[in-house]
Amino acid sequence: MMTYDLLLLRFGEMAIKGKNRRRFEKAAMNHIEALLELYPGASLRQEFGRFYISLGGESAESLIKELKKVFGIASISPVVVTGSELDKIIETAKDFVTRLNLPEGTTFKVNARRVWKGFPHLSNEINKLVSGPLLREIGTLKVDVHEPEVELRVEVREDQTYLFSEIIPGAGGYPLGTNGKAMLLLSGGIDSPVAGWSAMRRGLEIECVHFHSYPFTSKQAEEKVIQLAHVLSTYSGQIKLHLVPFTEVQTLLAKSKQEGLMITLMRRAMLRIATGLAEQHGALALVTGDSLGQVASQTLPSMNVIGRATELPLLRPLIMMDKSEIIELSREIGTYDLSILPYEDCCTLFVPKSPSTNPNLRIVEKIESSSPDLDREIKAAISGTKTLVLHPGEQPVQTGGTGIQEDWF
Amino acid sequence: MYYFDHAAATPPSEEVIRTVYEVMKAHYGNPSSLHQPGLEGGKLLRRAREVCAASLGVQPREVIFTSGATESNNLALKGAALQYRSRGKHIITTEIEHPSVYESAKQLETLGFDVTFLPVGHDGTVTAKQVLEAVQPDTILVSVMHVNNETGSIQPIQEIGRALQSTRPKVLFHVDGVQGYGKVPLSLQSCGIDLYSLSAHKIRGPKGVGLLYIKDGVSLFPLLSGGGQERGLRAGTENVPLIVGMAKAVRMAGEHIEARAKQLRHLREQLVSGIQQIPELVLNSPVQDGAPHIVSFSYPGMKAEALLHMLEEAGFMVSTKSACSSKSAEPSRVLLAMGAGEAAATSGIRISFGEEHTAHHIQLLIDVLTSAVSRLKALKGGF
Repeated sequence: MMTYDLLLLRFGEMAIKGKNRRRFEKAAMNHIEALLELYPGASLRQEFGRFYISLGGESAESLIKELKKVFGIASISPVVVTGSELDKIIETAKDFVTRLNLPEGTTFKVNARRVWKGFPHLSNEINKLVSGPLLREIGTLKVDVHEPEVELRVEVREDQTYLFSEIIPGAGGYPLGTNGKAMLLLSGGIDSPVAGWSAMRRGLEIECVHFHSYPFTSKQAEEKVIQLAHVLSTYSGQIKLHLVPFTEVQTLLAKSKQEGLMITLMRRAMLRIATGLAEQHGALALVTGDSLGQVASQTLPSMNVIGRATELPLLRPLIMMDKSEIIELSREIGTYDLSILPYEDCCTLFVPKSPSTNPNLRIVEKIESSSPDLDREIKAAISGTKTLVLHPGEQPVQTGGTGIQEDWF
Repeated sequence: MYYFDHAAATPPSEEVIRTVYEVMKAHYGNPSSLHQPGLEGGKLLRRAREVCAASLGVQPREVIFTSGATESNNLALKGAALQYRSRGKHIITTEIEHPSVYESAKQLETLGFDVTFLPVGHDGTVTAKQVLEAVQPDTILVSVMHVNNETGSIQPIQEIGRALQSTRPKVLFHVDGVQGYGKVPLSLQSCGIDLYSLSAHKIRGPKGVGLLYIKDGVSLFPLLSGGGQERGLRAGTENVPLIVGMAKAVRMAGEHIEARAKQLRHLREQLVSGIQQIPELVLNSPVQDGAPHIVSFSYPGMKAEALLHMLEEAGFMVSTKSACSSKSAEPSRVLLAMGAGEAAATSGIRISFGEEHTAHHIQLLIDVLTSAVSRLKALKGGF
């Protein structure tokens, strides 16, 4: 096992964002600082446009796992630090490569950078001075300067020299919240959590909105959504979940006896409620898990009619993705196992046998305007909404019941 | 009382006892019920699964709860054999497995399966080479314990797992981890393990609860059918308080393994050298490489029970053979397999210990053992 001293963090797109860069860096630093609270030995510093975390004895492995969830970080390299004397550098390099446990015949090269111009050897000379002893001592290596399997980077600074080789991909995207706030329509399915994650990755702060039809939907279904939002909170440090009572609206819509249009009417009501919540909470867009053609409400004609129920931009991160790609992502971000739990949500209730894939806007609007109580019920749903704030370190607490204590585990 | 029988059952930790008591009191709902108490039972199970999985370095969905290692081992062997019987009928295990593996394999033989019981060397271990050589085209399962419950010998799990992965990846690899967990580090992922059994009461948890790790993609033929609990692999209402208690025990045992092993190893060295000072006794455990918490020795020619009772009189609780089979006066199958003679194999004593023991306790035990042996020797000489 290698014991690393530092983690080097690289940022992607945000680095080229001109005058916004400082703001982006600050957001990323805040996010990382919050994570480091659980790792008291570690500390973050910024130097020449790069971020370093001094590990101070904390486990590189588990910290990297957390950092892979921080948006904006393009890649992470664990670094071993040694003194800036040639013999020390060579010794540490030998030790470093030995511990990588490389299979016979691995190709490698040394790539040195002389940051401190007082060091008596040029970068090119350092390459040779370090790789020579490495080849001699570790017989199984082969040099390949063009396409090496392993590249040992050596950065010589005035007081210290950094050695690293691994480049671990990060989550990429923009730091948390740097692109504003949006409301995510979170069902219990596979798609919407992935849509939320994608939106957060582009620097959006997300608040989740979930519609429940208790007692027609079970507490388990609600619990599942709380868990899903909890997983999303591990990417943002905190997340709000708005639980909207949808039973009355649904009952009212069902009275119109327009079975084929039920889904269209429900989705439009949901967008209206979400828009109301967005106004209350200062969000400027709605995010949905729609994927073109996947179900009746996601055909182009359906999306046209449904989408007109709101004036806010409707962001659909998954719109052009295949289901298999979405499933793959949901496994990666850790929501898949929860999403496939078999509890009904409010959309699976009152589901017509053959929902319309081509609803007529004028008919839909006419049904809505002929129902005088609809606006009132939508307002009631907004004001009856309960909000939970979820944090990654804490198990979400549901109201009522005997309660579960984390110290039992 | 000085309790030196941790390999049979450990004293449960205070934290586990409190957890079991509080959960049992507050959460009596059936986790399958739809109301709030049921829902909370389900939440406790989910959290327990997450905690166990995190300690084992696996995914929560890969952990199922059972009534203990006997059930886990039965399900692993019979469940895999029945599920994959169309793939082949050959199973490989060792001569020194715990009865719950050994007897399951014997039972499968009566159902028409062909089982190879690998012999062990004098050190009580099999080699990866032996396993590979025993593999046939129709082999479906290899089951090798991590740490032997009678002698503490450690099997080369990583070598076996990696050898199987690189040559016969379709052959399932089951490891009975009961005695090793928390004492001898083992990575399920890097050892290519498909099935792994644990029991809570060997790691300061309650009796009557255990788990089986089932790697993603591996299916088993369920042995208990009913209400579809545990993904249909193990029907029966989940024992919520014991499962939560186990999760705590698994988590605590999984922490600071190196430090615990180091402490136990010091005690083991002290005990082994004490035993080596008594000429009548023969050490069965490896002198150096065994698990840090088990020491087995024999007093050839002396009934093991006589020595056990003399130690008990002095307040020291130990085992003959393993606790499960100690009621029969038969020679130990494990010691015979290691090449011990009949006399040594019928007189085996096992001493096993935990963190609460100190060098002082071990010295007391050595003193009592020394005097017990000399008294027995005098009695024996008088016959």
